Amino acid sequence: MAHSEQEILKGLGEIIDEVAGVPAAEVTPEKSFVDDLDIDSLSMVEIAVAAQDKFGVEIPDDQLKDLKTVQDVINFIQK
Amino acid sequence: MSTTEVVVTGLGATTPLGGDVASTWSALLEGQSGIRTIEEDWVKDLPVHFAGAVAVEPSEKLPRHRMRRLDRTQQFALIAAQEAWEDAGAPEVDPLRLGAVVSSGIGGILTILEQYDTFREKGWKRVSPFTVPMLMPNSPAAAVSLEFSARAGAHAPVSACASSAEAIADAIAMIRSGRADIVIAGGTEAALHPLNIASFASMRALSTRNDDPQRASRPFDVNRDGFVMSEGAGIIVLESAEHARARGARVYAVAAGAGYSNDAHDIVQPDPAGTGQARAITAALADADLQPHDIAHVNAHATSTPAGDVGETVAIRSALGDSAADQVAVTSTKSMTGHLLGGAGAVESIATVLALYHGQIPPTINIDELDPGVVVDIVRDKPRDLSAGAVAALNESFGFGGHNVAVAFRRV
Repeated sequence: MAHSEQEILKGLGEIIDEVAGVPAAEVTPEKSFVDDLDIDSLSMVEIAVAAQDKFGVEIPDDQLKDLKTVQDVINFIQK
Repeated sequence: MSTTEVVVTGLGATTPLGGDVASTWSALLEGQSGIRTIEEDWVKDLPVHFAGAVAVEPSEKLPRHRMRRLDRTQQFALIAAQEAWEDAGAPEVDPLRLGAVVSSGIGGILTILEQYDTFREKGWKRVSPFTVPMLMPNSPAAAVSLEFSARAGAHAPVSACASSAEAIADAIAMIRSGRADIVIAGGTEAALHPLNIASFASMRALSTRNDDPQRASRPFDVNRDGFVMSEGAGIIVLESAEHARARGARVYAVAAGAGYSNDAHDIVQPDPAGTGQARAITAALADADLQPHDIAHVNAHATSTPAGDVGETVAIRSALGDSAADQVAVTSTKSMTGHLLGGAGAVESIATVLALYHGQIPPTINIDELDPGVVVDIVRDKPRDLSAGAVAALNESFGFGGHNVAVAFRRV
């Protein structure tokens, strides 16, 4: 089932708030996980698993490392 | 012997009696019990229905996203360390001269058990990526080191219920050796889970006084039937006297020295003759350059088990000698806190330090009939003023495995 960009952004915001304590409002498409949101590699694993539960899209480890920004994840889930 | 004097400049705790040192200390003086019936369904399958849970949940002090990557032992340790650090005046110190020695007797067992449940129910991908840094027994020491940038070294001596007394003893040595100017030291435990209660119950170590939980922890009472499991943490900021003086810090007491020994008698039973415990006390006196008559007060390990308690009083008498032992005022604050296992030594060291600082010894509650084998003077029912000329006090902690640790504090 396809999700709109807005749905995914909202869902990612909720996940990142829960996992990393970053307020959902700060999770905007251009933000870098590492540089802007201060999210470490272990937290990215948690975010990927939570995103899979929410959107039904598995993010393999070898592709997870290439997802640098929130927009990258949105694009991956929409693909 | 080293000439570096070590002092106590900060205290922090979260216990079944209160979320900080002040509330814990006032409850100790009032003779309150922190033990309550466990309101969980699983308790019905166990012979023990009560425990000493912390009075203030860590979620009231730590944000949710931090909680989820910290084992409960780490949560307690960080909360107590934050209080102790602020209490010490948040000292300016070179991170390379700041150490952490924080123990847990059991480690991150709640994380292990929860993640094992997750693994079995949902598979490996749902196991938290933070499982390893949460379950490792050095995780509280590492969390404190990270939080306060303590780069001189972080250590986690493990000796069951003597762990956090050993942490304080090791921290004194760390400062004396010149490796650090300040060390954040203590211990934490968070093991209130049905498996742990079952494990201690299976060895018949726990009180089963289910109809009267607040009267279950009764060290030195003739009808004691086991200890009461509790959780929480205690943290002490230890500092070289020179460093403390230079910054004008408030000093609670001198951490004068410590003694260690091992019974090598039985894996869990204390040596009934108390010779190992006595050797730890004697070693602590020597390390602290104190004489037996200097010891006005002992905060005993006494856990309320039939096998312990009495033997400890014999050890105190044999180590101090009759004349000094006749004058020492002994108490077991476990009668109120229950047994914090790896957190016990630190919380009881805090009680010992405050007894010296405020001149008041907390009572042992719940003694209806003193065990006739007790051979020292127990402070019963209500607090007692420390004798006017009191010089020093001891905290004793013993652990499964035969570990004995005594820490000596001197009045300032």
